Order: sequence, then C-alpha cells, then structure tokens
Amino acid sequence: MTDLLHVKVVKVGIADMNIIKPPHSIRTSGLGSCVGLVIYDEKKGIAGLAHVMLPDSSLAKSGQINVAKFADTAVKELVHLLVKEGARMPFLKAKLAGGAQMFQFASGGDLMRIGPRNVDAVKKELLDLRIQVVAEDVGGNSGRTIEFKLNDCLLNIRTVNKGTKSI
Amino acid sequence: MSFIEKINPLQLDILKEIGNIGAGNAATALSAILNRKIDMNVPNVRIVSFDEMMEMAGGADHVVASVFLRIEGDASGSMFLILTLPVAQYLIRQMTGEETFSIDSTPYTELAFSSLQELGNILSGSYLSSLADFTGLNLYPSVPSLSIDMAGAAISYGLLELSQVSDAAIVIDTVLEKDQLHAESFDGHFFLLPDPEFFDIIFAALGVTLND
Repeated sequence: MTDLLHVKVVKVGIADMNIIKPPHSIRTSGLGSCVGLVIYDEKKGIAGLAHVMLPDSSLAKSGQINVAKFADTAVKELVHLLVKEGARMPFLKAKLAGGAQMFQFASGGDLMRIGPRNVDAVKKELLDLRIQVVAEDVGGNSGRTIEFKLNDCLLNIRTVNKGTKSI
Repeated sequence: MSFIEKINPLQLDILKEIGNIGAGNAATALSAILNRKIDMNVPNVRIVSFDEMMEMAGGADHVVASVFLRIEGDASGSMFLILTLPVAQYLIRQMTGEETFSIDSTPYTELAFSSLQELGNILSGSYLSSLADFTGLNLYPSVPSLSIDMAGAAISYGLLELSQVSDAAIVIDTVLEKDQLHAESFDGHFFLLPDPEFFDIIFAALGVTLND
C-alpha cells in the first residue's frame, strides 16, 4: 500500500520504452521527429510508452538492435511487454504524438523528412496488430513533451508555442 | 557501436583539436560581428548516450535556439549551434539594432529570425572551413535551419544517421565563453556530431590509422 503514496512519473528516454500501473504516470520529453506511442488497457490499468526514433529496423546497419528505436520492432515489443503484465490484446488502445518537422531543408535526404514516416510506420504496425488509434496529435513543426495518466487515460501534450492540451 | 569502441586516446585528442581550431575560428568571426572579444573554452570530446546528449543541451524539453546544418562533401555529419534564449535575444538585438526585441514575444519578425540564422551560418561556416583547411578535405555546410524549441526535438535530428548504427554518439562540444557576452545566463554550445564514416575519413586524411 505504501506504493500508492509514492506517485511517480516514469521517464522514458529517446529510443526507449517502459510500462506503468496506477497510480504512476509516464512521460517522455522533447519529441521532435520522434513519435511517442502510448498503448494501454484501461480496465486492467496498465499502459506503456515507447519513444520511437526511426521507422524501420531495416535501417539498422549493425547487428544488435535496440528494439525501442524502430517503429516496427517497438510496437511489437511494447505490446508483448503489456500482454506479459496482464493486458488483454483485444482491449488495447493507442494514442500517439510527435512526428514533427523541426527544420525546413530545401534539400536533404529522406532522413530529414523522418517525422511523417515515423507516424506512418507506427500506424501501420498498430493496424497489423488491430490496435485502434483513439487519439493523435502528430505533424506540425513543434517539439512536444507528453505525459499519460492511467486514471483518466488522457495524454497530456505540452508544446512551447502552442500551449498544452489533453487528448 | 564498433566505431566508438575503436577510438583511442590519440584520436580523441585529434577530435579535440578539431573542435579547438573550428571553434576558435568561429569565435574570431563572432568577435568581428559583435566588435567584442569572445573566447571559447577548451573543447570536450565525449562519448555519450542519446539521453546524455540531451542533458548537455540543458535537458530534452529545455527551450533553446538551435541552428542546425548538415556537413556534406568528403565527410558528413551534423552541426548544431545551441544558444540559450537570453543569448539568442542578445545576439538578435545586436545584429538587428532592435533594442526592444524580445525572445518571448512570438511570432518573431522575419528579420529577427533570419539574422540569427545568418549568424549560425557564419559561425558554423568558419568552423567548417577551418576544419576543411586542417584536413585538406572538401566539406560543405548545408543551408542552416533555425528552430526555437525543445532541445531534444532539435538534437534528435543530428542523431538520425548515427542512430542507424549506434546507441551512442561522439560529440565535440565547445562552449562559448560566458563573461564577454552581456547576458545573464550565457550558455552557447557548438556540437559537432560526426556520422559513423566520418572518423575513418578524417583520420585517414590526417595520416592516422584506426589501428595505431
């Protein structure tokens, strides 16, 4: 029971993931082109967040990969972790934010337009796993800090110039 | 992260010297623009995780002005000039002569925004041209782009190339000297984030092999 008295915010770094149970909340800071993906089972009270950096693990040029970094591997691994902790596959819902275009480049390769590609890749994986996206705040050109709380299942999104909102 | 494990102390010293020469030239350029003496600290060459990289810029959701450009040519990488907001405001006031300009009142005028972008262009250009002279390589800066937003959101762009091979970055960090700029909390960083192939190319150009 003492756990309940220590409400903490679990922080997720770049190319990282973690899961929470009530009463804790989970946060990731400074999303630019990266996508912050929250998957949760409301009734079971469990949620996970991944800070995805790149769309596809085929971009990896070295043997050992960090699964949280790529959209395709991160979605699968996050779902796996949630199910292992008691979440039920058919009841999983997703919310996502990020995928912005922070810099405007006239030229530059595909990597400079990575934000929308990250969003598309995450959505494709979610669709394959039949997980419904119930809310999203993607694109634009603002950095975002997001925090998800299990009590109301709202994703709070903070930007520098456009204030805060909850989806 | 094999290329990072292969780096030896001599090579780290060379990278430090690159930061020294580059930032020294950039400081000279900045002095000329502001007509004021500007010094730079001895550069740090650090091997950091992506999260540590964000901490170096004040934290992932710390708001900063960042000028970002890609280095192209014989070797590639990313370069950032990261300025705290008071410094960005000071520099914009100096460059435009608009003494009342405030960094807190958005949206910014075209002039304010492009003056800071141009400053980034000059400073990173002088950094890069001295690096090109030093190594004898052809290095070209892309047109710089400015963002006034969370540090994490900006810096992650510079990590994209690296992140395909590694979960760590080698960053050559030079800090602009605090006292001479009349801003309360001055903090200005040059970050040079070489792409993975950069090291072999630079060391080969300087006659240092990776197996020494």
